[in-house]
Amino acid sequence: MTTDVHQLDDGAWISVNDSREINVSDLWLLARHEFCDCEMADFLAEGVVEVGVDAPDIAARFAGRCIQCGREGVTDWLTVGRVIDPDDGQFYGVVPESVHVPRKRTRLARPE
Amino acid sequence: MPSKVENWKSEVYGSEIREHLMEFAEEGWDAIPEDEHDAWFERFKWWGLYHQRSGQESYFMMRIGTPNGVIEPGQLEVIGEVAKEYATGPVDNPEFGEAYCDWTTRQSIQLHWIKLEDVPEIFEKLESNGLSTQQACGDSWRNIVGCPVAGKDKHEHIDAWPVAEDLHEEFKGNDDYANLPRKWKVSVTGCDQGCGQGDINDLAFEPAEKDGELGFNVRVGGGLSRKEPRFARDIDVWVPPEQASDVAAGMSALFREYGDREDRFNARIKFLVDEWGPEKMRRVLQEEFVDFELPTAGEDMRDQYTYNAGHDDGHGDHVGVHEQPDGNYYVGLDVLVGRMGADDTIELAELAEEYGSGEVRLTQRQNVIVTDVPEEDLDALLDEPLLEDYSPDPHPFMRGSIACTGSEFCSLSITETKNRQVRYARWLKDNVELPDGVQDFHIHLSGCTASCAQPQIADVSLRGMKTRKDGEPVEAFDIGLGGGLGEDPHFADWVEMRVAADEVPGYIENLLAAYEDQREDGETFREFIAAREEDALQDLATAEETSYEDPYMHNTKMTWYPYAEDDDMNASPAPTDGSGQPLATSDD
Ligand code: HEM
Ligand code: SF4
Ligand SMILES: [Zn+2]
Repeated sequence: MTTDVHQLDDGAWISVNDSREINVSDLWLLARHEFCDCEMADFLAEGVVEVGVDAPDIAARFAGRCIQCGREGVTDWLTVGRVIDPDDGQFYGVVPESVHVPRKRTRLARPE
Repeated sequence: MPSKVENWKSEVYGSEIREHLMEFAEEGWDAIPEDEHDAWFERFKWWGLYHQRSGQESYFMMRIGTPNGVIEPGQLEVIGEVAKEYATGPVDNPEFGEAYCDWTTRQSIQLHWIKLEDVPEIFEKLESNGLSTQQACGDSWRNIVGCPVAGKDKHEHIDAWPVAEDLHEEFKGNDDYANLPRKWKVSVTGCDQGCGQGDINDLAFEPAEKDGELGFNVRVGGGLSRKEPRFARDIDVWVPPEQASDVAAGMSALFREYGDREDRFNARIKFLVDEWGPEKMRRVLQEEFVDFELPTAGEDMRDQYTYNAGHDDGHGDHVGVHEQPDGNYYVGLDVLVGRMGADDTIELAELAEEYGSGEVRLTQRQNVIVTDVPEEDLDALLDEPLLEDYSPDPHPFMRGSIACTGSEFCSLSITETKNRQVRYARWLKDNVELPDGVQDFHIHLSGCTASCAQPQIADVSLRGMKTRKDGEPVEAFDIGLGGGLGEDPHFADWVEMRVAADEVPGYIENLLAAYEDQREDGETFREFIAAREEDALQDLATAEETSYEDPYMHNTKMTWYPYAEDDDMNASPAPTDGSGQPLATSDD
């Protein structure tokens, strides 16, 4: 089974194998990032812009804002969780409020 | 490559969704194959069912589209009864109780906590009374909006109601326009006040005169969502009322063919108008989608628009007692944040029967209007106890409040909305004196940038955000000022960012004090804001805590239901079966 990932309801959430896994409105702590000038961005995810799979990682780019400095924009790729065994399709989500390092690229699932 | 949603739509979409929906409803929630949830929930929207947010699986919000907000005699009672019987969730709402109806900013009705299993019975009840959920959500012709008192208004030049009705008949259930790249919102205005809010719709018909004949000028590409608000743009076309439907067909076919089906974020026609410009929109419409010569625009009435126009002699809403051309009266009632309990709804239906024709109308400000009340019955209607809660003469802070669905049910939300706005309005009423002469003061609160509460066209716009207070994340709002419609519509300027939710009332108090203090003689609030540069606006007022208390400061979106005693996501009973009993889920 391939892992099926997409964003729905205008970027409100990420579906992994038809299960709602990641929602907007969480705060993500970003380190070593280019989103804004803050050492650690305190990033409010307001919308999912793009999703991708870089097995076993599931990644996404979010639109939102650093609530520290106010910069708005779209993040680089954040790992939002993993599907370790594509056969059982079980998703293990990351904890948004722990520290994340955005990456420049990932493999795209299918364009949304 | 077409988006995933487009692929689902190309498999099954439009009217045919219904038989599948009915089959699933018959067999129960469990019957929807787990790997088809997303596809089906996307499709169900076309029939007015929108899956509620995380933690509320198996429950739907249901929208009923009432064109132009017209609820015909007998229908309101049915709506109230459906709400009472079916729109009850596992936990009551502390402000609104067990079952309630939402009157929306697009003159529709929204119910919540609907179970799939009940859909056939609900459809039966609604449809046997001329009501429908068809195309109330999804990528198609949405509910047609207009001046809520069309046909009953002294300011009217064209009776827009038959035109709206005609469009509704023509484009609901019409397979040619069932599958558009995105939602399609249409407004028809017939009066010289501009209450149809055409400027914020995809397609707007606005009254205009051409060679002595009354008809409509056409505007295209308005909308508020995301951080990309647009006013509809003038494409220099005039139509007589009897051809409005042909032009509407042509324009929605143009959207069907040229709208972006690869990127849903770029799909609304406002982006096509950005790309093509109004001249090309007109040319392609003429060359490819209508088979008669389009007249150029006629003389519009925009310079007379008073509705939400930000000047002194304007009118902000349809609340109050107003005479109709036939000598009867309409009585506009204020429904705070548009939410009315099911029992109150049923009682309102009875009052409309008793004192009026039984007709009730919905406004784009989430209020209701009882129409056709004879003069001799006015006093008795006004004496009814129900009108103490839904007043025809409310305090400006009450009548000016609009709020969207928010984190109670909505996936996209960042914050709690309706209950908070109720508390804001009450606190402001009790604690803040409005500057002399201010009768209308609009505060619109949206839980995110989708802008369902139309925040950008209010005096004070509130848009859901987060901030930190003592290191802890709390719900907050960006605050915008000075938006409105009228001849020269203006979107609010975003002035104060990430104000903690419990400091918003204090900000508004300080803002109004600054306005009272610094305004020129006769300067309206909108003019006052327009006269100031960004820096000056930022210095106007500060946010601060007051005696206002906010019970929803925590991340309400992380709860399964913000008002539940045990609101932890894991305490959610959802998904449930047809009788509301929790189902075991396989995925956690
Ligand atoms: C998925 C993304 C969504 C977007 C982009 C969106 C956008 C909008 C906009 C822009 C309006 C009205 C303003 C106008 O006249 O243009 C609106 C109306 C509304 N929306 Fe949303 N919305 C979304 C999702 C939702 C959800 C999930 C809910 C609730 C569960 C919701 C509830 C409402 C309500 C109650 C209205 C009022 C009107 C109506 O259409 O009858 N919206 N929406
Ligand atoms: S504005 Fe945002 S939070 Fe409010 S109902 Fe619309 S999508 Fe939901
Ligand atoms: Zn920052």
